[in-house]
Amino acid sequence: MEVDSTRYSRQILFEPIGEDGQKRLLQSRVAIVGMGALGTVLANHMVRAGVGFVRVIDRDFVEASNLQRQMLYDESHAAEGMPKAIAAYESLRRVNSGITIEPVVADLTWQNAEELLSDVDLVLDGTDNFQVRFLVNDVCVKHSIPWVYGGGVSAHGMTMPILPGETPCLRCLFDSAPAPGTTQTCDTAGVIGPIIHVVASYQAVEAMKILVGAQDKVRRTMLNLGLWDYGTNSIDISRARRADCPCCGRGEYAFLESRAGDETVSLCGRNTIQISPSEPWDVDLPALAKRLEQSGRVEANKFLVRFYATEEIRLVTFGDGRVLVQGTDDLSVARSLYAKYIGM
Amino acid sequence: MKLIINGQEREIDHAQTLADVVAHFNLNERIVVIEHNLNIIPRELYTETVVVAGDKIEIVHFVGGGC
Repeated sequence: MEVDSTRYSRQILFEPIGEDGQKRLLQSRVAIVGMGALGTVLANHMVRAGVGFVRVIDRDFVEASNLQRQMLYDESHAAEGMPKAIAAYESLRRVNSGITIEPVVADLTWQNAEELLSDVDLVLDGTDNFQVRFLVNDVCVKHSIPWVYGGGVSAHGMTMPILPGETPCLRCLFDSAPAPGTTQTCDTAGVIGPIIHVVASYQAVEAMKILVGAQDKVRRTMLNLGLWDYGTNSIDISRARRADCPCCGRGEYAFLESRAGDETVSLCGRNTIQISPSEPWDVDLPALAKRLEQSGRVEANKFLVRFYATEEIRLVTFGDGRVLVQGTDDLSVARSLYAKYIGM
Repeated sequence: MKLIINGQEREIDHAQTLADVVAHFNLNERIVVIEHNLNIIPRELYTETVVVAGDKIEIVHFVGGGC
């Protein structure tokens, strides 16, 4: 393989990578799930570093409110409402024409996750919700593919690499996703750009270590970062693998087999989609209403909270955790708004 | 009682177990991992894990966003 020694010269000079490491990067295949703030930073790093094949997966469209932090998009992408995967592809292609970039406009679900993730050497997490991370974890453990979890909201974030069979998987540490509507999302609590860049850069460096074969250098801690109010701390997870972990211990891939996670049901054929959690939740409706008021118009009574996500689309949440997304018949739009405002 | 939480000394009254610490900070149990004196404690053991003054507790949150 011919290595462009000018383009990658500074990275080759970095001794732990060198010419051999650069060759390995050029021969590597990476999938990035989610092309929001984390995903765009991750893709930027992978493409500039010369990872030979980068697949970028996203279900969403570029909006003006993304531009504050999602580094691959510009005003023309937002004005056109271009799919993020395509907009990212266009920006990335201009950065590095010597590698392959594959945009995929899709919602990662249990039906397509193995097809999209099992033919790569590494998966990077740029997603915006808990459910999909458990799905990524299932696929990666099942196919022994390393992945790097990262999350960021407000001014805090967290990251940890997962080497299946070697380090704890996500389910060794968290057995299930939190109840819908109980956690912060960027659309309810806000987010500042720097936390995302910091988290994604930590993820990217672990990716580089894994891809060049420096497994002994891979972080064995779960890193917690607070950029505004508190500092940085970490937990040593080198002994936290659980023999009874349902996923990496017992080989049960509940999220991939759709036994866990949200079930999505389309109602009435047109313009209303119901998303019901797999187990009922006792939703604190007044607290949900209060949180959503930060983001738009809310009408609430003791049975439900109606939130106007856009002029056309309303999210109606009931006390048992069911959400009706009214005003769309597009499943991925419904799931995207649910993840943004209710959290999943 | 003084505990060292995420590297900072914090005064917490009436805390006898990790479950009391979780309640004190109003933590969502499903999305935190707690390390007590360098051991990760499974959440089913919070109620029986006794804390004493000077204990080192690290709390990290599972963060959902990324958007």
